[in-house]
Amino acid sequence: MALPAAVAADRPEPAPPRPHSGRNVELVLVLGAVAIAVFGYVEVGSNLDGRPPADALRYGAALGGLALLAHLLVRWRARYADPLLLPIGVLLNGIGLVVIYRLDRATPHSSAAPTQLLWSTLGVGLFGLVVVLLRDHRWLRRYAYSGALVALVLLILPIFFPAVYGSRIWITIGWFSIQPGEFAKILLVIFFAAYLAVHQDTLALTGRQVWRLRLPPGRVLGPVLLVWAVFIGVLVLETDLGMSLLYFGIFVVMLYVATARIGWIVIGLLLAAAGVTVVGWLSPHVHARVEQWLHPLASIQAGQGANQIAQSLFAFAWGGLLGTGLGQGHSILIGFAAKSDFILATIGEELGLTGLLALFLLYALLVSRGFRTGIALTDPFGRLLAIGLATIIGLQLFVVAGGVLALIPLTGATLPFIAQGGSSVVTNWIIVALLVRLSDQARRTLIEDA
Amino acid sequence: MTIGPTGQRPGIRITARRAGTFCLLLVLLLAAQATRVQFFQAKGYNDNAANQRKAILRYGQPRGAILVGGQPITGSAATGGRYTYKRTYTDGPTYAAVTGFSSQIYGNTQLEGTEDALLSGTDDRLDGWAVWDAISRRQNPGGSVYTTIDAAAQQAAMSGLDGQKGAVAAIEPATGRILALASTPSYDPGSFAGSSSADQQVWTRLQSDGDQPMLNRALRETYPPGSTFKVVTAAAALTAGVVTDINAPTAAPYPYILPGTTTPLVNDTTSCNTAGLDLDTAMTLSCNSVLGYLGVQTGLDKMVAMAENFGFNNSKLDIPVRAARSNFDTTMDQSQLALSSIGQFDTAATPLVMAMVAAGVADNGTVMYPQLVDKLTKSDGSTVQLMRPRSYRQAMSPAVAGQVQQLMTDVVANGTGGRAAIPGATVGGKTGTAQHGVQNSAVPYAWFISWAKPAGSSDVPPVAVAVVIADSSATDVTGGSLAAPIAKSVMQAVLAP
Repeated sequence: MALPAAVAADRPEPAPPRPHSGRNVELVLVLGAVAIAVFGYVEVGSNLDGRPPADALRYGAALGGLALLAHLLVRWRARYADPLLLPIGVLLNGIGLVVIYRLDRATPHSSAAPTQLLWSTLGVGLFGLVVVLLRDHRWLRRYAYSGALVALVLLILPIFFPAVYGSRIWITIGWFSIQPGEFAKILLVIFFAAYLAVHQDTLALTGRQVWRLRLPPGRVLGPVLLVWAVFIGVLVLETDLGMSLLYFGIFVVMLYVATARIGWIVIGLLLAAAGVTVVGWLSPHVHARVEQWLHPLASIQAGQGANQIAQSLFAFAWGGLLGTGLGQGHSILIGFAAKSDFILATIGEELGLTGLLALFLLYALLVSRGFRTGIALTDPFGRLLAIGLATIIGLQLFVVAGGVLALIPLTGATLPFIAQGGSSVVTNWIIVALLVRLSDQARRTLIEDA
Repeated sequence: MTIGPTGQRPGIRITARRAGTFCLLLVLLLAAQATRVQFFQAKGYNDNAANQRKAILRYGQPRGAILVGGQPITGSAATGGRYTYKRTYTDGPTYAAVTGFSSQIYGNTQLEGTEDALLSGTDDRLDGWAVWDAISRRQNPGGSVYTTIDAAAQQAAMSGLDGQKGAVAAIEPATGRILALASTPSYDPGSFAGSSSADQQVWTRLQSDGDQPMLNRALRETYPPGSTFKVVTAAAALTAGVVTDINAPTAAPYPYILPGTTTPLVNDTTSCNTAGLDLDTAMTLSCNSVLGYLGVQTGLDKMVAMAENFGFNNSKLDIPVRAARSNFDTTMDQSQLALSSIGQFDTAATPLVMAMVAAGVADNGTVMYPQLVDKLTKSDGSTVQLMRPRSYRQAMSPAVAGQVQQLMTDVVANGTGGRAAIPGATVGGKTGTAQHGVQNSAVPYAWFISWAKPAGSSDVPPVAVAVVIADSSATDVTGGSLAAPIAKSVMQAVLAP
């Protein structure tokens, strides 16, 4: 098969005699990412205590050791992988740890950073396992259906556990709790990718024409629509709005990419609008969220003080262009979700608009690398998988950041890699691991052909 | 590539690019919104009253000091709470009418309020390098406010008022510097400076106290000035030429029937019940009929003008704390003018303005703008702003002022103000006992305004005082008996070497 024109154009002109695998670039970037995280840790200590934290060296060594280990595994088993993926993961995770440590300092009764570090270690461990053990991503196709089933079970389980802050999205056993919705989204994307890769032509080319929209044959669309509806149904039942929105968006994007039918997007948007209206109508919880989004300062005028959204906006505004500096903001005023759903507000306050835009840039880079990988791959499954995984990160960032910035109604989800939450960190490391695997595949042909 | 019935289908690379572009567009939207919130709308959010950050910043460092006679009367204490420091007062109740309060919950009032930017360190004038300070977000340490208050005069005023409801304002006539500003019953502004529940309980108790301890009676409350207003009437009559010689008989009739009515203007003492009394005698005995008559002869316009020369009808008298508006009606019929001329009817004055009356007379007719602040400094002592004496109005000519001084001196020497006499000093004063309440049934307001200088001195007197006792348990409630002794002790405190 001839090289696709789009990819060929990416090659430098004139072609260098021996293309780089990118591993040395990755090593430098990974060390840089660790250095930034350690610098942040030292800054928190200096700003709060006037001296660096006593364990700064140990912390740096642990973080650096983990990152180096991950890098060596990539070097060993995925030597052509995109060299930006791992460093971005390390940097985001490192920033997250610093910010959570900083917020711990403002809440002496509860410290989350050690747990987060533990989960990050587990996440990097799983990253390594995926990179080493998953030799060929196509192996995942075989388990796509059973994976979806597992995901469904995982998703349903929290219904039997007590609600936390109004949502039944956690499985809690003693001190240990996980949020299965986070893991399930990977399994669901694998399922979508597998199903759409097989059926994309049927979905795109057959079916009845209704006015200018071509409806797909129900026989083909039916099963995937059913799976998707069940997922959304469960999430709505658990009042996990952020996740329902995310699952919905991923499905529409993947369906569009696979079939090129604009109609899907139209139908998707109509369904979303209808769903939001109905849910907003039925659920006072959602209705309140929409009201808060439209009028974030209304509760202040009503004499009830600032709500979370208002507090979040106050935090962002206080940060201004340059931020207060790590440790010197007051985002803890936001309240109970400061370390999880609202962690972006701390970054906005303490690192300013400058820091926030840099962070968005990191995410944009990660997402675009995912899409590049998808575009470069030649097998439909791998392609859709890479695109689906990148879409998860892009959409989740939008849902979370849009919510806390009052761009869209707050739905509650974790900021990828940064927010407190073990399930989220582990999931994101698996996503990066899969992207590393896929990009290794995508670039291997290019580089070895050269 | 399969061709579908609807034509060429874009390849997956194209759709993937579009989806990727869509994701990046979402990030771009986020960046735009972040810019909106953090840059364009930031000021609005920062200034929102529900945003605690400014308060946290404000109480994150010790507050600048307020000083009396070079000694701080305020301090700061570490609290260990969200607000790191709270305000303390070394002698809170004594100076409450001067300082006001600075409370983490209830805000700032009076000097703590008007000079808040300087005290809390946010005043731009404290900046060394404005731009660098803005970037580094360095907060300046709070500056200091040097007041004009004389500690001895303030102490004398407070101990004189003790146990009664009343107020004292004392002014240095030549400069307008306020030497004492006292109001009783008082309160301790330090007792609710923090944000604990104990602080809140104190606040609630003070708010519901029927005696209104937090009311600044020297500045923020007006009372009918009664006979002390006769000083203004005398000055107006002399300025208008209605009276030229204070010892010459006037045309004042007795009884004086209020114009347009059949009601005579009665006197408190029978000695006044003679026609044609001279002004000096009328003042010494505080004769209502004579001064009421003279006010009407002077005319509404000239009476209003003279009252306004002393600060009446000014709703923006800022020292820098704003004083309540003292009132002298500008439209009245003749009978009302007669009553107003003896400080009744709608006439109402703050102790501050009545002190300005005494001070204006003492300063040879020049009324100085009253001021409570001497200078503002940075925490290192370097001056931010030095207040200079400002003239408020030339109320009367020095010649007329000399005549009014003579009248006031005679009140103390021979008349109702005898209890203000100080050995070795020349004292001028005027008593006032203002009726009020339904059918004048309430305990009258006892007033005294005065000035004093060492005997034989030709200088401007160093002190002018106004005292009002609003509610006393004493049986003989007159300005001469209740208020004059307090004025005396305040004047003595200033005159003492």
